[in-house]
Amino acid sequence: MFGYSMGDIGNIMVMQGFSGLSMFTVLLLMALGLAIIFGQMGVINMAHGEFMTIGAYTTVMLSKFAVQYNIVNYYFIFAIILAFVIAFAFGYFIEFIMIRHLYKRPLDTLLATWGLSLVMQQTFRSCFGAKEVSAELPEWLLGSFKPTPDIDIPINGVFVMGLALIVTAGVYIFMYRSRWGLRVRATVQNRVMAGAVGINTKKVDRVTFALGCGIAGIAGAAFTTIASTGPTTGTLYIVDSFMVVVFGGAASIMGTIASAFGIAQAQSILQFFMTSSMGKVSTLLVIVAILMVKPEGLFASKLRK
Amino acid sequence: MSNTDFVLAIEDLTVSFDGFKAVDSLTMYIDKNELRVVIGPNGAGKTTVLDLICGKTKSTSGSIKFMNTELTKLSEHEIVRAGVGRKFQTPSIYENLSVFQNLEVSYPKGRGVWGSLFFKRTDEVVSQVKKIADEIMLTDFLEMEAALLSHGQKQWLEIGMLLMQDPELLMLDEPVAGMSAKERDQTAELLNKICKNRSVIVIEHDMEFVKKIAHKVTVLHQGKILAEGPMDEVQEDEKVIEVYLGH
Amino acid sequence: MNAISNKLLGGKQGAIGLALLAVLVFVVLPIGVDIFRLNLVGKYLTYAFVAVSLVLLWGNGGILSLGQGIFFGLGGYGMAMFLKLEASDPISTKIQTTPGIPDFMDWNQITSLPWFWEPFKSLPLTIIAILVIPALFAYIIGFAMFKRRVGGVYFAIITQAIALILSILIVGQQGYTGGVNGITDLRTMLGWDIRTDSAKYILYYVNGGLLFACILLSRYILSSKLGMLLLAMRDKEERVRFSGYDVSNFKIFIFCVSAMISAIGGAMFILQVGFMSPSLVGIVPSIEMVIFAAVGGRMSLIGAVYGTLLVNYGKTVFSETYPELWLFLMGGLFIAVVMFFPNGLAGVYEKYAKKFKFLRKFSEVTPSKATEIAKKNDATPANDIKEIGAKA
Repeated sequence: MFGYSMGDIGNIMVMQGFSGLSMFTVLLLMALGLAIIFGQMGVINMAHGEFMTIGAYTTVMLSKFAVQYNIVNYYFIFAIILAFVIAFAFGYFIEFIMIRHLYKRPLDTLLATWGLSLVMQQTFRSCFGAKEVSAELPEWLLGSFKPTPDIDIPINGVFVMGLALIVTAGVYIFMYRSRWGLRVRATVQNRVMAGAVGINTKKVDRVTFALGCGIAGIAGAAFTTIASTGPTTGTLYIVDSFMVVVFGGAASIMGTIASAFGIAQAQSILQFFMTSSMGKVSTLLVIVAILMVKPEGLFASKLRK
Repeated sequence: MSNTDFVLAIEDLTVSFDGFKAVDSLTMYIDKNELRVVIGPNGAGKTTVLDLICGKTKSTSGSIKFMNTELTKLSEHEIVRAGVGRKFQTPSIYENLSVFQNLEVSYPKGRGVWGSLFFKRTDEVVSQVKKIADEIMLTDFLEMEAALLSHGQKQWLEIGMLLMQDPELLMLDEPVAGMSAKERDQTAELLNKICKNRSVIVIEHDMEFVKKIAHKVTVLHQGKILAEGPMDEVQEDEKVIEVYLGH
Repeated sequence: MNAISNKLLGGKQGAIGLALLAVLVFVVLPIGVDIFRLNLVGKYLTYAFVAVSLVLLWGNGGILSLGQGIFFGLGGYGMAMFLKLEASDPISTKIQTTPGIPDFMDWNQITSLPWFWEPFKSLPLTIIAILVIPALFAYIIGFAMFKRRVGGVYFAIITQAIALILSILIVGQQGYTGGVNGITDLRTMLGWDIRTDSAKYILYYVNGGLLFACILLSRYILSSKLGMLLLAMRDKEERVRFSGYDVSNFKIFIFCVSAMISAIGGAMFILQVGFMSPSLVGIVPSIEMVIFAAVGGRMSLIGAVYGTLLVNYGKTVFSETYPELWLFLMGGLFIAVVMFFPNGLAGVYEKYAKKFKFLRKFSEVTPSKATEIAKKNDATPANDIKEIGAKA
């Protein structure tokens, strides 16, 4: 195959696999936020990528601050929290002024949030410049370890993956084990009834939307460890993230994880054997083809209609 | 199963959702020109039976024969074209079309893409629309946007849309829900008139109304038939009383 | 015969709207602006094809395609391939390693014309390809999705993904498609130089004529029973299905028609602008074309043309002077149109036209009736959609 020996291919798989893990992490966090918003509320947030960019810029800014005060080794944890908080707050605000007026018109939400994404992109450009900026990473995130001489595993990749798993677990606990999650699910299943038993469904909507945006913010923080941030960073991931959500069957967390993993790994490994654009094209093509045969996604549950 | 004289022959029909049997080996026959009312407590599977007949839900097992044609294998529009019309529980009309257009859309010609593209509003169509509008008491509202009709009139309009198709079997899911007493009487009259040359299945909760229209009543409970027969007989049935009053 | 012309023109009001637009496009603009600007207007009008197609598909059918750029691009590339082959005759390309093939192929070490370029040596085959390939592509996508009852947001996302795939593919396959530079340096069509001023005038008028033909075709479709069914489906899909219609067939049909109309726009774009670029295929142009239709009014064919002209005029003015402001404006436009003017310019016009009529009626009717009318006219966005829907 392409003139590589089996051993080479094994090593390539492992290394590309690990570099795919970074992408998996970003996709997973992006998709989790999207899936919460879309799966639970039927709203398509085209500006989701820009919420990720908010998180990324927050991290970059904080890292500048950290360099000044010489606390580079510790700031990252705070950056993650701050990225979440700022994206959450902004999402809360956007839900209030925009999204809540559009719940009955999902296609219109899509267009309005696209408009929002344009405005946000231009705001980033005006505030932070058109050039890409990167965060100063703490030393413990740099470098890699080598289990065998041919394999090179970057530490930042492992770190962000750990982060993603913690966030995913947190989302799971929030949605399926907490009272808040119960309210969210109740609202999804029967809005009128949920309102009748005393759930403030408007507040549930707002917090759910903001939570999705907040997780995108964390995705942004994770993103800074693997690439530099620019005004249009978010747009690179938005289609892929949508594909992850749809492919995984919007309402299932396991589905989202599996599909984010599959898509990220397929792209990463294919990119080694083909050009990077063809790797992406082949992956997306396969997903679209599968979705045409099985539109409900891979992990959708059967519902009584 | 051999051919029968029944308009509708449901035999051993079962549907289960993840193990929950909403309809459980149901067998039911509808005669020609019969008006059958299906009653039963909430969750008895009444609406599901209609969904199964019109193809909205696919059955797990069993057979539904409509004039000796097996329906379970057909898609929704094929079932309609075979001659089965169905009214939904909440009035389902095209709110942004006029009453006339609502009826015209339901006219059973020009049902394909090209047919509809070159469909002409002939005198025949117009007279048919007017005839039906007269039956459903909406003659004066033909040009009105359907959204502006009262709730009861919307129910009639949907019945009218079904009549446009001239179906052999008409299925109505709670046709008098949300109607005033007067409107109920008018609807009862309408139903008695339209079942003269077709079979009708009605799901209804209002017992006064059921008495006015039913030829025969079927009582469903937990997806099974509990009793079947004329209204007064069914009302005396111990099991039925148990189900309605016992819990 | 009278009935048909009535259907095409959309009654008295429709005929007036169409006539006004015709005067603007065919008389006022050609007289009022120089050929450079007119050529620019011609370019915008090619986008109007897409906007018109979206009025059919999205406004009336309720199907939002975020991939109309696919069809615009397919039409455009078809025409560009024909023109490029004509520009690459063996004599003018004799300095290449392989004379007679497009220059970018030669740069990418391709030594013979790929098979799928062959049909584009002939103009009739090219025209057939421009119409048939997009329609076929739409048919395949539509068949796969609508037969399985995929619609709404899913359809939007998947068409968007397909637009992304196609644009990456075109950029990636430089040797076959011209890559990121696109197909450039197009000069003649059957020996006729398309770069001269007189050719530009002629093409402008051909383009305008085709646009009006597409609008009339769309009018016919919308005024037929099929148009009524589209509205009915958008409102209550189940009811249509249980009235004996195979809903998916109608959706596939309208998707194919919209693809063909967009492709004609793409082909005319190439003839007037003289190059094709993958940046016209991807996500951004596809969604921008939705905003053209939305600004004009998603239910109004004529409104779509005005919307396209207006947004593009704004884009030209602002991106020349304040490029930064433009993105803010464009984004703001998306939000404002969706939230406050869901029926765009046409909706605003309807509202004011009605108010005017209402004032006239006011003097004639009794007070109680007047309040009734006032109630009806008190147009919330939701009501607006219905009212215009009933008329379209």
